[in-house]
Amino acid sequence: MAVSGLIMIGYLLLHMYGNLKVFAGKEAFDEYAHHLRTFGEPMLPYEGLLWIVRVVLLAAIIVHVYAVVVLWRRNRKAGAVRGARRYYSKKNRTGIQRSYASFTMRWGGLVVLAFIVYHLLHLTTNDIAPGGASDSPYERVVNGFEIWYVVVAYTIAMLAVGFHLWHGIWSALTTLGQNRSSNRIDSRLTGLAVVVTLVITLGFLMPPWAIFLGLEA
Amino acid sequence: MKITVNVWRQQDAESKGSMVPYVLDEVSEHMSFLEMLDVLNEQLTLEGNDPVAFDSDCREGICGTCGVVINGIPHGPEVTTTCQLHMRTFKDGDVIDIEPWRAGSFPVIKDLVVDRGAFDRIIQAGGYISAPTGSAVEANNIPVPKADADHAFEAATCISCGACVAACPNGSAMLFTAAKITHLGLLPQGQPERDSRVLGMVEQHDAEGFGGCTNIGECTAACPKGIPLDTISRLNRDLLGALSRQTIG
Amino acid sequence: MTSTPNATGDVTPDAPTGASSETETEYHRLGEDIRDTAAPSGPIERRWDDRMFGARLVNPANRRKIKVLVVGTGLAGASAAATLGEAGYQVETFCYQDSPRRAHSIAAQGGINAAKNYRNDGDSIYRLFYDTVKGGDFRARESNVYRLAQVSVNIIDQCVAQGVPFAREYGGLLDNRSFGGVQVSRTFYARGQTGQQLLIGAYQALERQIAAGTVTMNTRHEMLELILVPDAEGVERARGIVVRDMVTGEIESHTADAVVLATGGYGNVFFLSTNAMGSNTTATWRAHKKGAYFANPCYTQIHPTCIPVSGDYQSKLTLMSESLRNDGRIWVPKNKEDAEKDPRDIAEDDRDYYLERIYPSFGNLVPRDIASRAAKYQCDDGKGVGPGGLGVYLDFADAIERLGRPAVEAKYGNLFDMYARITGEDPYERPMRIYPAVHYVMGGLWVDYDLQTNITGLFCAGEANFSDHGANRLGASALMQGLADGYFVLPNTLADYLAGSPFEKIADDHPAVLEARQAVEERLQKMLAINGTRTVDSIHKELGQIMWEYCGMERSEEGLTKAIGLIRELQNEFWTNVKVTGTNEELNQTLERAGRVADFLELGELMCIDALNRRESCGGHFRAESQTEDGEALRHDDEFAYVSAWEHPAEVGGKPILHKEPLEYEYVEMKARSYK
Ligand SMILES: Cc1cc2nc3c(=O)[nH]c(=O)nc-3n(C[C@H](O)[C@H](O)[C@H](O)COP(=O)(O)OP(=O)(O)OC[C@H]3O[C@@H](n4cnc5c(N)ncnc54)[C@H](O)[C@@H]3O)c2cc1C
Ligand code: HEM
Ligand code: SF4
Ligand code: FES
Repeated sequence: MAVSGLIMIGYLLLHMYGNLKVFAGKEAFDEYAHHLRTFGEPMLPYEGLLWIVRVVLLAAIIVHVYAVVVLWRRNRKAGAVRGARRYYSKKNRTGIQRSYASFTMRWGGLVVLAFIVYHLLHLTTNDIAPGGASDSPYERVVNGFEIWYVVVAYTIAMLAVGFHLWHGIWSALTTLGQNRSSNRIDSRLTGLAVVVTLVITLGFLMPPWAIFLGLEA
Repeated sequence: MKITVNVWRQQDAESKGSMVPYVLDEVSEHMSFLEMLDVLNEQLTLEGNDPVAFDSDCREGICGTCGVVINGIPHGPEVTTTCQLHMRTFKDGDVIDIEPWRAGSFPVIKDLVVDRGAFDRIIQAGGYISAPTGSAVEANNIPVPKADADHAFEAATCISCGACVAACPNGSAMLFTAAKITHLGLLPQGQPERDSRVLGMVEQHDAEGFGGCTNIGECTAACPKGIPLDTISRLNRDLLGALSRQTIG
Repeated sequence: MTSTPNATGDVTPDAPTGASSETETEYHRLGEDIRDTAAPSGPIERRWDDRMFGARLVNPANRRKIKVLVVGTGLAGASAAATLGEAGYQVETFCYQDSPRRAHSIAAQGGINAAKNYRNDGDSIYRLFYDTVKGGDFRARESNVYRLAQVSVNIIDQCVAQGVPFAREYGGLLDNRSFGGVQVSRTFYARGQTGQQLLIGAYQALERQIAAGTVTMNTRHEMLELILVPDAEGVERARGIVVRDMVTGEIESHTADAVVLATGGYGNVFFLSTNAMGSNTTATWRAHKKGAYFANPCYTQIHPTCIPVSGDYQSKLTLMSESLRNDGRIWVPKNKEDAEKDPRDIAEDDRDYYLERIYPSFGNLVPRDIASRAAKYQCDDGKGVGPGGLGVYLDFADAIERLGRPAVEAKYGNLFDMYARITGEDPYERPMRIYPAVHYVMGGLWVDYDLQTNITGLFCAGEANFSDHGANRLGASALMQGLADGYFVLPNTLADYLAGSPFEKIADDHPAVLEARQAVEERLQKMLAINGTRTVDSIHKELGQIMWEYCGMERSEEGLTKAIGLIRELQNEFWTNVKVTGTNEELNQTLERAGRVADFLELGELMCIDALNRRESCGGHFRAESQTEDGEALRHDDEFAYVSAWEHPAEVGGKPILHKEPLEYEYVEMKARSYK
């Protein structure tokens, strides 16, 4: 689970870097989108690298979701008494120190999943085309993000990703045995998780908002 | 002070339970939480009712026998055991919810008493150093760096109360398991069995039906002994190492 | 020097003539003298080796067929069960808690002694032996104590090998401290929780054997009866026990080739003590009623630095380490009127640092019993402070000024926190209040050098026996004794007994088994049927008050006689007016407590009878009639240098029978203590 999550994070970082090319203008962005597809040619066929990445990512998502389902079922059984709420007390429902992020891993994850589907349909397969379809990836992006509800949806999704990663990164590194600080809050890992999360979230949010506010090049 | 308690009453493992309110008119702030329950039980007995069953033994915060969920928090609002919580933490007129530890692997026996036998079975699966009586070498032949000894001690302070499981949204017993792995894994005497220990204990942990850890950290916040969360990371490190050595070797 | 108890007066207990006025008092009869026939003679340092060599061995292949029951999983029980399991016997163990690791040994704070002489400060096996005999006020057996000191060394090795995280120095070697007023540093410790760490070590060894299948563990099972079966020669042997499954109420019988009781101390006879809520005498008392001698029941240790009682709801008392007396100063107001005042407003001149005043050379560090009694006298005098006037101040103001707050925090921080948590007062700001509390019992089942009681096949280890501490135990020596018994002594001596086994198998429907079960069931039903108006706890509290008042820090003929009368009334009150709710067939904590209190009521009476008989002051037993002019304890070696081993009378309502085991001192000269 940690590994699949981290693979996806790695992708997100690259992906975000690519997205920021929007600021470099239509040429650069289309070039980048095209380059993605021709990378490695002639050693790899057209879209070769992209397919490898797609397969790896798909596998990661499948593994991740499979792990989620197994974990979820197991933890449901481990936690509560069947047919009853776990604790009847209505006090301190949010636990002692739980972060909001750790609470929302499952539902946040589902939001992310829903978004990925939409996102692929929109920008990869060109099937949904808010604001008008186009052959230029740049145009598709710009057209899409000029509509407010697309931006809002995208923002919600990115916040969900942010929360997911905030806890996810820390958690994955801990799972891999890297937490060496006895302090829950100040540990360097939490710091790292926050930084990476902020970079990714802000990095992804910049292009749409820029487009929406008309700031793009 | 006047205190109302809502107590989980459940006749036995099979019965359905429910929260039952009781009013205590004269609670002294110097009473311990369990003494408050003693007073309630005297009252119930004299009325001819069945007193509330709850576990406790040392009442000094060391044996790990006591433990109830108070207002949704294992061992209550302070970082200590239930027996060391005092009524001065509450105020006149408070309504206090009291429930047993809840986890699939901790079935309720009666009222607030649960069965924590799973913990002993996790220890049986490797939570020891094999040193048959008589086989020991002279104690000072095994020097242990003070920092390691102190760390090991810190992990060894776990009293096996189960609050970590009760607090964990996943019902995981990773903190308990990790505390033992850390205690023994930091000592030179613990090295020979380090791999088999972590493999055995984690396997038993899962077989007992405890949930998977997602590093939320409620365990360590509820732990009366402050067992730190990095013990879990250490367990994972040992586990990955052991698994890889197992596959390669 | 040798002394025979029967050298004075016209008492001739070696050949009791029956009708003499001295062989029968109002409360007891005198039986024959007894001796520890298992102890080898010869040079003391060779005795244990000789015994081990003389002991018969059991062929490893046969061990599988031999079964031993170990009741109790504290340091003594867990270490014995684990070691016997490793040796290959079939072991079955029992404890009343939900896990063996919760036995009350877990609460020990201070440390464990061992004659390692790591400090090069002149310690040796002989010195530990000497200190223990002297500390026990010459009421312990030399042979036993010497063996204890000998194996103390192996205990530390064993525990370290198991991973017990003892405190260490920067070089990585084990740290030691001095404890309980001795002048050498021989105490090993694991911060403030040595007991827990040692017990976890033994518990883990035990769990390893459970996993290996040699030991079967029964948690939440309480022993309620001993099963005796006569062998072919007509010798009654301990062959099993009856236990109650505390979850279902089921009464079970377990039979075996030998039975070991390691069920801890009976300090809870006082209701308030530093013992765990469930600590009880039931196992040992049931054995006593089946014929096992109970030795020195009146020897109780009262610890001076406990947190005082705060109200009548109090359920137990909490000990604070004795080390506090190293830097704290104990005082009470000189004037009774000041007792209610804020202590910080009482001028220096109006304070009485009574220990420093009375014992100028030892000051606040006088032994436990002296410090305890001195506090009692101050409070009896009306100078006590805090709720009910039962407390004296332990003041760190000087220490904080001298050493600085950080130093005091580093040394005593955890104790101060514990005090603050329990009392809600800040000890850095305001002197602590302390008061003595019952902490340990030196008395217990009589055992010989092999730890076998006078019942063949019944062994007893740990605090439950009377063996090694005489009239008073040194700090950090109980843990040592429990582990010595369990790891090293029992496995050897029990083997000698088991060499004659396996004995004839006892069927579940053997008449002796059925009879024992039936007795248990009837007793439980009887308690449930009374349905009176007194709660079990209220009767227990009343017993505790009687014991504390008349059989506590100071005992007198008048008080003890009164106490016996009161206890008898209370026994009657219990059996006619107690209220036990619920049924047997469930988890019924009231029923559990009722059974324990019923036994405490009988034991309490015997303690008073023993205290009454011992008209001397020694160790933890102080008789008002036996003191020096300046109020110090006065021993009477000519008359009382013996172990009182009590036999339960065969007839209902009969008088307990006193057997004296004379004590002889070949190595340590009997002297009076002085701490002035
Ligand atoms: C607060 C405190 C601090 C102490 N500090 C120190 C110290 O620093 N150093 C030191 O040397 N000593 C100390 N002592 C004394 C020492 O801890 C004990 O004497 C010793 O641990 C007793 O060990 P044990 O194995 O004999 O009995 P315990 O540990 O009391 O174990 C008794 C066992 O018997 C079982 N049992 C009891 N009755 C029954 C029954 N009827 N049926 C079935 N099972 C039963 C219990 O479940 C338990 O497993 C301290 C004691 C106290 C109370
Ligand atoms: C497909 C939709 C997704 C779902 C349903 C989902 C769900 C989850 C859940 C339930 C967890 C559980 C752990 C917990 O509760 O703490 C988790 C962990 C994690 N997720 Fe996701 N997630 C999804 C997508 C992603 C994506 C796209 C990424 C990365 C970009 C990611 C990265 C992580 C990481 C790093 C972890 C931590 C793993 C660990 O603790 O070992 N997830 N996810
Ligand atoms: S880790 Fe903490 S909460 Fe969990 S059992 Fe140990 S002491 Fe209790
Ligand atoms: S009763 Fe022992 S820890 Fe609370």
